[in-house]
Formats: sequence, structure tokens, C-alpha cells
Amino acid sequence: MAVEKLQPSPARPWSAPQLLASARRLVLTHAFRLAALYFLVFAASVLGVLLFVYWTSANFVERQTEATLDAEITGLAEQYSQRGLSGLIQIVAARSAGDRGDAMVYLVTDPDGKPLVGNIAAWPAGVPTRSGWLSFGLERNVGGHLETHPARGRLFTLPGGYRLLVARDISDAAAFRGQVRSTLLWAGLIALCIGLVGGTVMSRNMLRRVEQVNRTSERVMTGNLSDRVPVHGTSDEFDQLAANLNRMLDQIERLMTAMREVTDDVAHDLKTPLSRLRGRLERALADPNVGSSQSEAIRAAIDEADRLLATFNALLSIAELESGARTDQTEPLDLSDVARSAAELYEPVAEERGFVLAVVAEPEVKIRGDRHLLSQVLANLLDNALKYAGNGKIAIRVFRRDGQALLEVADRGPGIPEADREAVLDRFVRLEPSRTTPGNGLGLSLVRAIVRRHNGSLLLEDNGPGLRVRLEFTALAI
Amino acid sequence: MKILVVEDDRETAAYLAKGLNESGYTVDCAKDGREGLFLASSGDYNAMILDRMLPSIDGLTVLGALRAADIGTPALILSALGSVDDRVKGLRAGGDDYLVKPFAFSELLARLEALLRRGAGPATETRLRVADLELDLLTRTVKRHGKSIEVLPREFRLLEYLMRNAGHVVTRTMLLEHVWDYHFDPQTNVIDVHVSRLRQKIDKSFAHPLLHTVRGAGYCLRAPE
Repeated sequence: MAVEKLQPSPARPWSAPQLLASARRLVLTHAFRLAALYFLVFAASVLGVLLFVYWTSANFVERQTEATLDAEITGLAEQYSQRGLSGLIQIVAARSAGDRGDAMVYLVTDPDGKPLVGNIAAWPAGVPTRSGWLSFGLERNVGGHLETHPARGRLFTLPGGYRLLVARDISDAAAFRGQVRSTLLWAGLIALCIGLVGGTVMSRNMLRRVEQVNRTSERVMTGNLSDRVPVHGTSDEFDQLAANLNRMLDQIERLMTAMREVTDDVAHDLKTPLSRLRGRLERALADPNVGSSQSEAIRAAIDEADRLLATFNALLSIAELESGARTDQTEPLDLSDVARSAAELYEPVAEERGFVLAVVAEPEVKIRGDRHLLSQVLANLLDNALKYAGNGKIAIRVFRRDGQALLEVADRGPGIPEADREAVLDRFVRLEPSRTTPGNGLGLSLVRAIVRRHNGSLLLEDNGPGLRVRLEFTALAI
Repeated sequence: MKILVVEDDRETAAYLAKGLNESGYTVDCAKDGREGLFLASSGDYNAMILDRMLPSIDGLTVLGALRAADIGTPALILSALGSVDDRVKGLRAGGDDYLVKPFAFSELLARLEALLRRGAGPATETRLRVADLELDLLTRTVKRHGKSIEVLPREFRLLEYLMRNAGHVVTRTMLLEHVWDYHFDPQTNVIDVHVSRLRQKIDKSFAHPLLHTVRGAGYCLRAPE
């Protein structure tokens, strides 16, 4: 059953809900989560490395600038200490005149800020007059028009209120830093893309192999015992897993085939003598010389043979259903129909025995199943209710809930104590110690086997008073 | 009427042959699939009883070969395998009915006779009649002695099946299969109550009952002698 849902789906156009659904499916997979984790760790380390590189290179340039400035200042300080302000003005004038690649800026002003000497015309706007390190925008004439360049320098206030500014145009350094920044940004982006693609590919790869294992096991569980997990010949862990699973499946298939053969052989070898036995008894019964007391005994023997046979048949059915050896005759069917037709069959006998048989069935509660087997389930449940409940109401309910199709058969009899509910599903278990009620204790076992064959679940509940048997199947979309 | 029995178990075959002889049939027995296929190929038989598990050629293969050769002799398949699935396979292979071993001889006889009647002629009549009981398939009405009788839809189908097999025994299993399409025997005597309700309606206020219980076998609807 449900085999077609496992077949590879045909090529289809990608609609938004489908994409959403497949994205959801992807997110739920372990492989995806692993890939996402891998990507996060990868992204974090790439980011860390890039930040470190940026920070060190930017720092290096800055330190170089400051070292240059320090050297200049040391030179000027020597001149000042040896030759006073005039010596300083002289050396500044000399250095301002020299071609120093336009990078160095010198300026000496009087206490009012009026320039005395230097290679800039005026005190740069917005620069404080405190001693110390400072950064500021430097207006420079480049090729006929003004540009503001970043500059870094140091201001000294000399005795008498004179000020000395030594600075360096750091636009090259800033440009370098920008270059580094954009290079690292691009490198980071590329690395992240590679990480994303790598993670996805890895996840998809893993997902595919895991899914192959999943699909195969699902197909096997639905009865296709000869299916095997594909082995890729890469000898990796997945191949080892596949090989191990396949060995296990071989074993299961061997056991199943053996089981099927044994079942068939037992069926044949036990039923043939039973046929003869029954035949002989029938012939004996037909003999006109048989007296009435003997014929009663013979009839009883025939009945006993028939009961033996019913038990035997039920056991064979359960074995077949549980072994999965059966190929099912499944079709989409309405559970309400099955329930109503069973109720129709049982209604007269229920009424005769003092029961009220009521069916409440929603229309179109569709599942995929075997009509004959499901009818047998209902018949067994109704047989049980009639047998054990004494009298009262037997309610059959069929309804849908959360994508499940539910079928309930509830009676008002003594019910089953909670502790025994699991046990009654086992073969030959009957709760009556005396076993006076006819039956073989296989009814509920058969019900469970059939429900399991339909991938459904069986629940025994308290109906307060009475027993409620609840069956749940996967509903088909209307 | 000639019947072919293909059965590898000698005792079962002898038992069948004896019982069928006593019921007025001529019986040939084949002990394996090959012999069965050979005898059946003549097309001389009115019906055949075919065991599923046979030495040399399996019963379903024999049946498949016969149907392929256009030999339509009605076939009743006997099998030790009882699941619905096996039954469906048997009917698909060309079987007309399917009976699980061990069986009551009365069940086999009732089914065989139903097969023979089915082969006798297509049921095209729209009105069935047994004594003064009339059933109209078009208007879905039942009358006895000119008096209208109300029946439920399922009772109508039950009565129709009984009337189509009037004068012959039909078993509970046959009724379950043909009227309810149930291919297993419930533990409760569900059929008996349906039949007795029908009997209430068609027989109660009339002097001669038509619907009879046949002990150890089933039911029979027949005109009074």
C-alpha cells in the first residue's frame, strides 16, 4: 500500500508552496543543520582572520606615520633647544622649502595664530590649539583646485605662546587602508559564498544518501522486500551503512520467504488431512444406519473440526499479515461506507440481542486500504461487542481529525481493565478465566495485524462504562 | 452432466467423486495438473473442480492455459490457502468460484450447482417468480399472491439471490459473498437473522412457506410440492 507516494515524483513546475514545502523539508534535515553549523563556524573564522589582517595593516601604517613625525619632531626639538625660536624658524623654513613629496606640513605661528613660517598659508580651520596629537582635514591645492586631505600631526605650544604644528598628509595611508578594507570585504564575500555553496553541496550530498536509505527502507516496509540501498562504490561510511543494511535486508527477505513457504506448506499439509477428516465425518453422517445419538456426536465432531479450522485460518491470516508476505489489494475507499455496510449486516442480530447499533459517520472519510480486510476488522469488533457487552448501545463513529481518519467502535459493556489492554491484543489471550464464551482469542490480534498492515494504529480506551476501540489511519485528501 | 475433478489427494478426490456421483453427476478424476489440463482440453465437461496446489502443473496455470485456449468450462477452485488475496488471484486466473479447504460437501455441491446454472443461460429476465412469489427487478417490488410486500434494499438483493437459485441449497457463506460481498465468516450468526426477517415478510401470513432452512447446509427457496 501507499507505494506510489514513494515513487520518484515526476518532473513538475516549481510553484511557491512547493518551494516553501521543500525548503521546510530541507531545514528539518540533520544534514542541513550540520551544513548550517559548518557554514556559521566557517564564516566566523573567515571574519576573524580578515578583521585581524585589517587591524594589523591599518595599525602598521599609522605607526609608521607617527614614527616619521616623531623623527621630525626630535630633529626640530634639538634645533629649538640649541638655537631658540629663530633657529626653529630657520630650520622650518628650510624644511618647508625642500621637496619632501608634499607629505610633510610645517607651520610656526605667533601667539595670535598668525603664521610666521611654514608650508601652509594659514592655521587649518577647526584645529584646537592644545599641545598633543591631533587629526585634521588639510586644505591643499592640487592641480589648481582645493582638496581636503586627512592629516595627522602634533602641536607644540612653545614658551611665549608660539605654536609649532608638524603634520603629515595621510591621504595615501587612508587610501591604502580603504584598499585593504575593500580587498578584505571582497575576499570575505567570496569566502562566504564558497562556504555557502560548499555547505549546501555537502548537505545535499549527505541528504541524498540518507534519503536513499530512507526510501529503500520505506519501500521494503510496504512489502517490496527485494529492494536494496544503492552502493556508490566509494567505501565511505555511507557505503558501509548501505552494505550493512542490504545484508540485513537479504537476511529478512530470506526469513520472509522461508516463513511464506512454511506457512503455505503448513496450510497445505494440515488442511488436506483436515479435509479428509471432515469428509469422513460427513460421509458417516450420510450413512442411513447411523443412529441419532451417534449422528449428534458426529455433528459435534464436525463443529469442532470447523472451530479448529477457524482458529487455524485466523492464525495463518495473522502470520501472513504480520510477515508482510501478502500483496495487498488496496484502493481508495470511504471508511464510512465500510462502517455503514458492516452495521447494516449486524443491525438485525444486534437488535435481536437487545442492542442498539448506531452509526455516526462523516461523509467522505477516505483512506487507502483493502475493503475486505477492513470489513473483517469491523466484523471482529462488532462480534466482540455483541459477545461481551451484554446489551446496550454499540456506537460506531467515523470521522476525520488532523489529517487522520478515525473509526471508533464503542460499547457499554464491562470494558477491559487498563492493565489488560495491551495483553488482549496478543494471540490467544482471553480475559475470561473460564473461557466459556466461544472464541479463540485471535479476533483482536487479527484486527491489530490488519490495522498495522494499513499503517494505522489501534487504541483501546475506556468508554465509561464499556470499551472503545479506536482505529486511526492516514486520511486521503478529499 | 459431466464434472472433472483435478485433485492430487486421492482420498479427497474419491470422496468428491462419490458424493457427486450420488448427486447424479458423471465424474472424471485427474491426479495432477498435466492430466487435468489434458482432460479439460477436450472441452467435454460442464464444470470442473480444480485444486490449486497440484504436482507437475499448478492449478492456476492449468486454468490460465485453458482460458487462453478459449475453453470456458466453469471452474471451482479448491484451495488450502484462504486469504482474500489468494481468492482474488484465483478468480483473476479465470476461476468462477473459490472454496477453501476443508469444506463441507454441501457447500461445494451448492456452489457447483450455482455455477452450472450460471452457465445454463444469461439472466436477462426482469421478473423472477417462485410459486406465487414475484420479484420485479425493474420496479424493485415484491409481491406474493398479488399482495405487495415491503422489503429493504438488502432484503431485496437477498431474495433475488435466493430466487435465482430457487430449488437449490444456498449456504450462508454464499449469501455473505454474493449479497454482502464479505469473504470471511463472521463469528455471529448475522445471516440467520437477516433470513428470518425476510421469512417473516414473505412467509408469515401465507399457508405454504417458501423459504426453508436446510440443516447443516443453509437455506433453500422452493415452491411447495
